[in-house]
Amino acid sequence: MGMLMTAMTVLLCIAMIVAAFVAIAGKSLPIAILSAGLVSLVASVLFLVLASPDVAMTEAAIGSGLTTFLFFFVLGRVRKGEHDGGEHD
Amino acid sequence: MDIVGGLLLVGGAAFLLFGGLGLVRMPDVFNRIQAGTKATTLGTLLGLAGIACLQPDWALKLFLIGLFILFTNPISSQVLARAAHRSGARKSALTAVDRLEEDHGA
Amino acid sequence: MAELLVYLAATLVGVAFLLALYRFFKGPSSADRVVAFDVLTIVSVTAIALVALAEGRGIYLDVALIYALLSFLGVIVVARYLERGL
Repeated sequence: MGMLMTAMTVLLCIAMIVAAFVAIAGKSLPIAILSAGLVSLVASVLFLVLASPDVAMTEAAIGSGLTTFLFFFVLGRVRKGEHDGGEHD
Repeated sequence: MDIVGGLLLVGGAAFLLFGGLGLVRMPDVFNRIQAGTKATTLGTLLGLAGIACLQPDWALKLFLIGLFILFTNPISSQVLARAAHRSGARKSALTAVDRLEEDHGA
Repeated sequence: MAELLVYLAATLVGVAFLLALYRFFKGPSSADRVVAFDVLTIVSVTAIALVALAEGRGIYLDVALIYALLSFLGVIVVARYLERGL
C-alpha cells in the first residue's frame, strides 16, 4: 500500500496549492473564505495520511468547521451594517 | 466476502466518479447540485458498505457515518438549491418548467 | 483480488476528487463553488475510509465521522449567507 499513499499525498498537495491559489487570486470574499476552508480540509486528510488522527480531528473541527462558520457569520454582519448606513453599533 | 466488499467499493467509487463527471459536464447550477449530491450520496453509502464487508469489526462506526450522510446530504442540497434560486442563478436554456418561480409569481 | 479492487476504487476516488477540484477552480458563480466544496467533502469521507482500510486502523474513522457532520453545517451557513439572511 506504499504506492497508494504516495500517489494520494501528491494529489492532496496539488489540491492544496490549487485551493490556496484560488484563495489569494479570487475576486470575491466568500470564495476566498471557502478556499481557505478547502485548504484546511486537504491539510486534515494529509495529517491523516501522516498517521496523526488527533491532529487531523482538531484541524477538521476548528480549521475547516469553526473558522469558516465564524468568517461567514462576521461577513454577514458586516454586510448588514453597510446596508443600514454603518453608523449604529 | 472479500470479493463482494471489493466489488461494492469499486461500485461506490464509480458513482463518486460519475458525480464528479456530472459536476464538470452539466450546464447550470441546479443540474450540478443534482448530479453532485445524489450520485455522491449513493457512492459514499456503497463504499462504506464495501469497507464494512472487508472489515466487519468497523461495521457500527461505518453505519453511523452512512446514517449521518444519508440524513444531512439531501438537506444541504435542498437548502443550497433554494439559496441559488433566490439569489437569481442563471438557468440553462433547456429549462422547461420552474414551479418555484410560478408559485412565487402567483 | 480484493486488494486489486481496493486499488481500483482508490484510483476512481482520486479522479472524482480531481474533477470536483476542476469545478471549484473554474466555477463561474459562488453556488457552483459551494457545490464543488460539498462534493469534495463527501469524496474526502470515502478517501479517509480508504486510508483507514489501507493502514488497518479503525480510529481514523472518527475523522470521517466529524466530516460527515461538518459538511452539513458549512453548506447551511454558506447557503444562508447567499440568501442574504445571516
